This record gives sequence, structure tokens and C-alpha cells, in this order.
Amino acid sequence: MDILKRTLAPIVPEAWSAIDEEAIRVLKLNLAARKVVDFKGPLGLKFAAVNTGRLANVAEPPVVGVTAGVRVVQPLVELRTPITLDTAELDSVVRGVAPDLAPVVKAAELIARAEDSAIFNGYKAGNITGIIEASPHAPLAVDQPERWPQVVGAAKEVLRQAGISGPYALVLGPRAYDELTSGSEDGYPLRKRIEKTLIDGPIVWAPAIEGAVLLSVRGGDYELTVGQDLAIGYTYHDRRSVELYLTESFTFRVNEPAAAVEIRR
Amino acid sequence: MGSENLHEPWDVLSDDTKNIHRAIVSLMEELEAVDWYGQRAEACTDEELRAVLVHNKNEEIEHAMMNLEWIRRKVPEFAQNIDTYLGTSGPITEVEKATKAGGGEDEAPAAKSGAKGGSKDGSLGIGSLKGSV
Repeated sequence: MDILKRTLAPIVPEAWSAIDEEAIRVLKLNLAARKVVDFKGPLGLKFAAVNTGRLANVAEPPVVGVTAGVRVVQPLVELRTPITLDTAELDSVVRGVAPDLAPVVKAAELIARAEDSAIFNGYKAGNITGIIEASPHAPLAVDQPERWPQVVGAAKEVLRQAGISGPYALVLGPRAYDELTSGSEDGYPLRKRIEKTLIDGPIVWAPAIEGAVLLSVRGGDYELTVGQDLAIGYTYHDRRSVELYLTESFTFRVNEPAAAVEIRR
Repeated sequence: MGSENLHEPWDVLSDDTKNIHRAIVSLMEELEAVDWYGQRAEACTDEELRAVLVHNKNEEIEHAMMNLEWIRRKVPEFAQNIDTYLGTSGPITEVEKATKAGGGEDEAPAAKSGAKGGSKDGSLGIGSLKGSV
């Protein structure tokens, strides 16, 4: 048995499959950063920290004549969110009925939101600096929906001027995504105009951010390091319900802060 | 034409199938080159040339693995079997049975192979999603 202790859960194999499939579906839909940043791992639960290559000076030498420095590492953050499921409901899958997996959906959305928020907005308590907060470029503003293509073009120019090559991806919060998807300019869809003429990378829906961010996906600028990749484990059960959890361990590093521009709406 | 090995008319095949075909043919060519370089290096009587041939053979192995990784990302059955067999120890013919058997007969299949994603670490196998938009 491993640390996830899945074998202890009173869950039939068919229900486990349904739970896993639903979690995978929702995670793939909701996880935005993994679609645009470099991914390193999974390195396993034992992997605890990323080597930053930096050394912090120690004010007090161990003995006179000897200097000391402490290696700076970036520890991984472990996330965990509970999933409580009705055991009778889960058993219904054996009778050919799809079980209600709303708690799985909610947990997957939550943990995806947590990962993406840390990566884009930062998570100070977890020693993570986000893509948006790290950017040295002044945010650009979209004052009305029709202006999206012009502002994306301007953001691309900011990256070019900073020496950041493409391909460029446009990551959009829900409101921005809706505007771009449904809006048009002189009858031509805004999204198509941006896709065809302005960016050569993906347009990504990211519920964890407000506004949008244009960033390079050439590689090397942003690094997500994962220890234990997203997994479902078992906590406990009683006569009526079983509690599982969705977990992962990760950290995130910005290697080139200038590779992204925030766009506000 | 990119390849003479298609078994069905070009226009009835999807782009995905054609690209996978290209990758498979390319992988075959890389592995064939590994075999050729290996034989030539062994038979060669000049040490310096042998070193070059061995170097070339190893380069072809790198190319083959890059090719295989592309196929793994595109074809879930490759990913599943790679995950089952690669990096394991013990008798290869026993690996699949051992993976399915897990820690005991009463284990849930999803738990035996980790999860639906089939990862050995028990994860859902999400990993990188680059290129999945």
C-alpha cells in the first residue's frame, strides 16, 4: 500500500474508474498554467525542494577566517482538498447508473484554481512568485471589447521590445474569454482575428485570473516543478460516506520575469 | 509522397493517422540506423572510425527516443504500455501481471495501476498539458 491508501476505501473498481475519469476531465479543462509553462516532473513525493543555485550569506562566521553561506532552495507546496462521497451512490455504478460525482468536480476545480492562482498571481505563503506579479512591464488596459486585438498587438510589441521571442500564448480570465469568444469587429470574430494575425500560440481559458496575460511559450521562462502529481487518496469512511482527497506537491519559478505582460479589463 | 508504405488511400486517412504513420516510419528508420551503425562499428577495423560510428549510433538512439516520445504523447495505448514496461525491473514478461496484481487480490484495479491515468506513482497522470489546447 502506498501513501494514497486507495486500497482501504470501500469503493468498487468501476466507481474508482468513474471518480478518476471525472477528476481527469475536470482537471484538464481547468488547469491553465500547465498548458503554457514548462513542466518538470513528476519527481515523486520525496522530492522536497528545487535548487535555486543561490547562496545566502551568513552574517556570523563559524570560526574567524571562514565565511559561510546557506544554500537557498525553493520548497514544494503540498495541496490537499477533501472529497466526500456517498457510498451507496458510488455502488450504483455497478447497477449501471452513473454516480453523482459533483464533489469530485468541485475538488478538481478547487485544486486547479489553487495551482493556477499560485502560478499566475503568486502565493507568498508558499514562496511562489507569480507570472503576473513578476512582470516588470506596465499592465495594458482594454477599455472596450472591440479593443482586444489592438491591445494584444501592443502587448506583443512590449514583449518583442524586451527581446522576448514567441510563440506567444494568450491566457484569459473568464470574462475576457467570453468577450473574445463572442465579440466581433466589423462582423469578424475577435478571437479569430487574434488567432490568425496576432499570436502563434494557444488561447487558454484560465478561471484563476482576472483580465488576461500574454506570455511567451518558447520555453525556459517559467518552470512548474511537480513532486507528487495530482492524485486521489483515501482518508476514512463510515457507514454512509467515504472521504477521499485530491492532492499534489509543486512549486513554480519565474526565470525570465519579462516574458509576460498583464492585460487588464 | 512522404512515405510509400501507406496501406490505405491517402485521401481517406485523417491528418492524425497520417502524422502517426510518419512518426512510426521515422522511428523505424532511426532504429534501423542504430542497427546498421552498431554492426558497422563492430566490424570496422579503424579505431577512430569506430568511435565516430558509435557516436552516430548513439545520436540515432536519441532521435528514436524523441520520436517515440512524440508517439507516446499522441497515442494513449503507447503511453499506457510505456508506463507499464519502461523503467521496470525483473522479468519483462512478468511486468504486466505484477502491475495488475498490485498488492493483493482484493485491490481495486484503479489502485493497482495508480489510477485511470495509469501512472506508477498513483497519480492521475495529468502531467504537462502543453499542446493540449
